[in-house]
Amino acid sequence: MSDWSKALSRFQAAGAGTDTTSGNRGLQIEEPLIFEQGAEGRTGVDLPAPPAAADRLGGLARKGAIGLPGLSEPQVVRHYTRLSQKNFAIDSGLYPLGSCTMKHNPRLNERMARLPGFGDLHPLQPQATIQGALELMDQLAHWLKTLTGMPAVALSPAAGAHGELCGIMTIRAALEARGDMRQRILVPESAHGTNPATAAACGYAVESIPANARGRVDLEALKAKLDSGVAAIMLTNPNTCGLFESEIVEIAEAVHKAGAFFYCDGANFNAIVGRVRPADLGIDCMHINLHKTFSTPHGGGGPGSGPVVLAESLAPYAPLPWVVHGPDGFRLVEEADAASGTAGTIGRLKGFHGQMGMFVRALAYMMSHGGDGLRQVAEDAVLNANYLMAGLGDVLTASFEGPCMHEALFDDRFLKDTGVTTLDFAKAMIDEGYHPMTMYFPLVVHGALLMEPTETESKDSLDQFIAVIRALAERTRQPGAAEWFHEAPRYTPRRRLDETAAARKPQLRWRPPAVTQQAAE
Amino acid sequence: MRYLPLTEADRRDMLAAIGAPSVDALFRDVPEVARRKDGLDLPPHQGELEVERALSAMAAKNVAAGSVPFFLGGGAYRHHVPAAVDHLIQRGEFLTSYTPYQPEVTQGTLQYLFEFQTQVALLTGMDVANASLYDGATATAEAVTMANRVTGRRRSVLSGSLHPHYREVVETLARFVGFRVDSQPLDPAGSEDLAALVDGETSCVVVQNPDFFGRVRDLRPLAEACHAKGALLVVVVTEIVSLGALTSPGEMGADIVAAEGQSIGNGLNFGGPYVGLFATRDRFVRQMPGRLVGQTVDAEGRRGWVLTLSTREQHIRREKATSNICTNSGLCTLAFTIHLSLLGEAGLTQLAAINHAKAAKLADRLAAIPGVTVLNDTFFNEFTVRLPRPAAGIVDALAARPIIAGVPVSRFASGHDDLLVLAVTETVTDADMDALVTALEESLR
Repeated sequence: MSDWSKALSRFQAAGAGTDTTSGNRGLQIEEPLIFEQGAEGRTGVDLPAPPAAADRLGGLARKGAIGLPGLSEPQVVRHYTRLSQKNFAIDSGLYPLGSCTMKHNPRLNERMARLPGFGDLHPLQPQATIQGALELMDQLAHWLKTLTGMPAVALSPAAGAHGELCGIMTIRAALEARGDMRQRILVPESAHGTNPATAAACGYAVESIPANARGRVDLEALKAKLDSGVAAIMLTNPNTCGLFESEIVEIAEAVHKAGAFFYCDGANFNAIVGRVRPADLGIDCMHINLHKTFSTPHGGGGPGSGPVVLAESLAPYAPLPWVVHGPDGFRLVEEADAASGTAGTIGRLKGFHGQMGMFVRALAYMMSHGGDGLRQVAEDAVLNANYLMAGLGDVLTASFEGPCMHEALFDDRFLKDTGVTTLDFAKAMIDEGYHPMTMYFPLVVHGALLMEPTETESKDSLDQFIAVIRALAERTRQPGAAEWFHEAPRYTPRRRLDETAAARKPQLRWRPPAVTQQAAE
Repeated sequence: MRYLPLTEADRRDMLAAIGAPSVDALFRDVPEVARRKDGLDLPPHQGELEVERALSAMAAKNVAAGSVPFFLGGGAYRHHVPAAVDHLIQRGEFLTSYTPYQPEVTQGTLQYLFEFQTQVALLTGMDVANASLYDGATATAEAVTMANRVTGRRRSVLSGSLHPHYREVVETLARFVGFRVDSQPLDPAGSEDLAALVDGETSCVVVQNPDFFGRVRDLRPLAEACHAKGALLVVVVTEIVSLGALTSPGEMGADIVAAEGQSIGNGLNFGGPYVGLFATRDRFVRQMPGRLVGQTVDAEGRRGWVLTLSTREQHIRREKATSNICTNSGLCTLAFTIHLSLLGEAGLTQLAAINHAKAAKLADRLAAIPGVTVLNDTFFNEFTVRLPRPAAGIVDALAARPIIAGVPVSRFASGHDDLLVLAVTETVTDADMDALVTALEESLR
């Protein structure tokens, strides 16, 4: 076989189902793995020869090859450019992933995070050389404390779930400090899966609280479970049904009366920022996902950043490090010591000081919006979600009566007897140019469809989205609908992928063809 | 307010469509006591120019690492990142995409994560790797809890030459999750006998290589001692470039490798975001925390990728989950995988050789200064020196010149005031070394 036919045959398996020779379809191009296009000795960097020096590797120099492929710079640029073209992104369209909050990521934030004075700083530099960085952390803390009404904040948690861990640890430390060894944490059924996982990781037994018919925590059921064995309740507010917990003040009172703490999952803070201060609701502790409320990019699933605001009673237990302000400027406290009031700390949660790059982006976003604009953020996020609910409420089935907050929850009753599943419906949305909403979550409603437009969608984009979803919903009632929906998506780089096969016999890395062959034999 | 598209007219029309008299009415479930009528005491919105000016002023108060001779390591390393890396990760389709929950429209993210998993497995010499954790320190803590799950034991031994911050992160988790950690005292002399501490109750031994003081050592005897007692060997790597020159942890018998990937593709960023690498053996894969991408086929039989084995994860198992982790370091893994693709086998081994040779050169020059002793006889690109005076004062004096000299060990623990750990990467020039040597000689005079 000639070299050119070999080069082509590499794509042909991938090209099944297309009528092009190559498997490509216009701008949609089949792209092999980097391991399948490298050549020995090729590289995408030009490095000088190392200076002459005696080897100090102590006889542990690597002997065999690592097995990394060699690619030139143009090959690498083309490879990742082509991969990027197989991704949906908020830059390319409406991404109504409820509870995940995909909003516009301003590029100013990127530029600011890349200033050498922020991006090119080492976490262990002498403190005199990082005064601006500590000032930025102090500023961010000020904004977060003002917006939440809480007196203290721990910046170091690396993500929302890491913030939960931090919060529950401070609660346990506070209880231990008063000699109160409580064993249980109450978590509503509708909670993010991280909530019960966090509580269990911290050694607590998890008890579920049911939702009432209005999609809120059942206050009576909660009260019935509250006693001196309960360490905390973990509640999301606005909750994952997109609703504000209207009895939250009563919940806080009941929790405090039982001597327990009130942890709030702040993933949905964007719905109330600037309008409601969590401290005024009686919350003791809450993490804030900077990527959700303050738009730091969560490219491909991370990085995140999950600062935790703390009430006075929990503040002494905050994790290290702390930024303090003294006569000589800012100082980073990294060791527990009585002089700086850090003796009660739960310790360190992350290698260094937290997600500094995300702090810069979040502060840039806050400053751009200002106190006035952040209030508008919450109002527009809520307005957009309610507009979706009003626009779709007669064709889809809203799970609960509105108004909703920043996200609208529907269930799958509208699909009853159509043979179309929630998943089918979502895949059909993909063909229409939309990323699907969050599906099958929260678990409290059957076949959930949770849609979050966010404040950065225009009315035009929502009108178009509503029209498309209405048309799709109507289509589910037409003859042959089940087959049609089940075939979706048709126009994506890949059709539906076999997730069961992937889990049954996991292939988690590329192996050279010869090795794969041997393993199969 | 340039990020908000709704006009006043839009808002009026939308309220009418909803049937609500005002935006306030949409907040009616908020208890009256918590509704803020007035604004908060925060500055009003600003234009791009003003924000840029204010933040640039703050940035200017810092000394950027690249602007001075720079020799700091200790778990974060300044390497040159090719321009193509930052260009590619800023493509909107990568930057503004989320967790790849819908595989049909996230094949780009899924494929690069699969490539990343493969690269990490190859580098560490392990069978499989996950799609990243927060950073090296949290990955180490996850490695210990995984070892506890695998062995059914709850006592782990941490080497005294493990990065002190890593040790603290494991200790924090141990206190709240409820397992025992025997942390060995700081070990600048390299005299600890970890094998002797392994018993039938030990779930794992955690050892760093190259270690916090820069030493490189053969871990094979320790691996054998661990395995003989049914314990796992967790190897921590804070400088991943070292694996371009050194025998991999996998070849030395590691069961789990927890590493910091910042050195490849990612800037210093004042400590984060970084990228935690995590790799293990095939037989432990279902106990591995974090996200995993697997290969599969689509409805037409074409190769594709999906998130897989999520039954271990919080959204399925809730209180029985392997960990509570939800986020990975997607963009940082992308930077890592692009940079490593640019380097390739030839580039990475060459880069490692340059780092090593430059460090050797500086070690020799420092050793020639009267009163200065180089502690290590083995190292990769980082080593420890003993100074005749407390290192912290010297570092501060040099910072004023300005030279960022290294990290004084006293920053982490008392009792080792005269020790300084220095790192040398390809970014260090001969002139930088001259400046350091001259300044150090002068300050010791």
